[in-house]
Amino acid sequence: MPQMSVRIQEADFDLSIEVARLRALAPQVGAVVTFVGTVRDVNDGVPISAMTLEHYPGMTEQSIEAIVTRAKARWPINDALVIHRIGLLQTGDQIVLVGVTAAHRGEAFQACEFIMDYLKTEAPFWKKEQTPDGARWVDARITDDTARKKWLPSC
Amino acid sequence: MKIHLRFFAGVREALGSAAETVILPAHVRSVGAVRDWLRERGEPWDATLASSQSVRMAYDHTMTEADTPIADGGEVAFFPPVTGG
Repeated sequence: MPQMSVRIQEADFDLSIEVARLRALAPQVGAVVTFVGTVRDVNDGVPISAMTLEHYPGMTEQSIEAIVTRAKARWPINDALVIHRIGLLQTGDQIVLVGVTAAHRGEAFQACEFIMDYLKTEAPFWKKEQTPDGARWVDARITDDTARKKWLPSC
Repeated sequence: MKIHLRFFAGVREALGSAAETVILPAHVRSVGAVRDWLRERGEPWDATLASSQSVRMAYDHTMTEADTPIADGGEVAFFPPVTGG
């Protein structure tokens, strides 16, 4: 049965295990697309040693589920999974996983990118980076808004 | 009318508050009116929640605009533009 799975957790995740779960009991699936976001060691030219991720419990899960529901209404995908980590993360750590399964690759690629673009601009997470000069909140990027807007009907 | 307030990230730090429950005056009936009412507390509330600041608002866990009406027991949240993913 297609499901919707959204997990917010401090613990790391294992891509192989998650892909196996997405594919289990789904012989109709012919495409699995996954995106993994990780902690870069530099942001806006400043070295980053670690970051802390804050979120809005309750709203976070609800907003991601709404994004996945929109993706499912738009493309004939079989299943979708979103895992987002919170708390203290080190450089190189995995932050987020979006996985989408579908019969064919086109809708799986598009739905995965759609979910990620909306997550970046609508899911209530905030990053605080550790830099050599102390901690700073990450500013929202205009490029993330631009990425989301490409999915609007007028574009 | 009693509502719950939540503050996150840079807004939470600037205000020195993560959450509180408040009794609103009768004329405060929208999310935007709550923001204006909180600004009347003076600093740091006035500067942090000023209209020039890019503060986002949510009502009952949904991103919303200033004219959204509020009801007793509702939850209004203020936070910076999101930066997850």
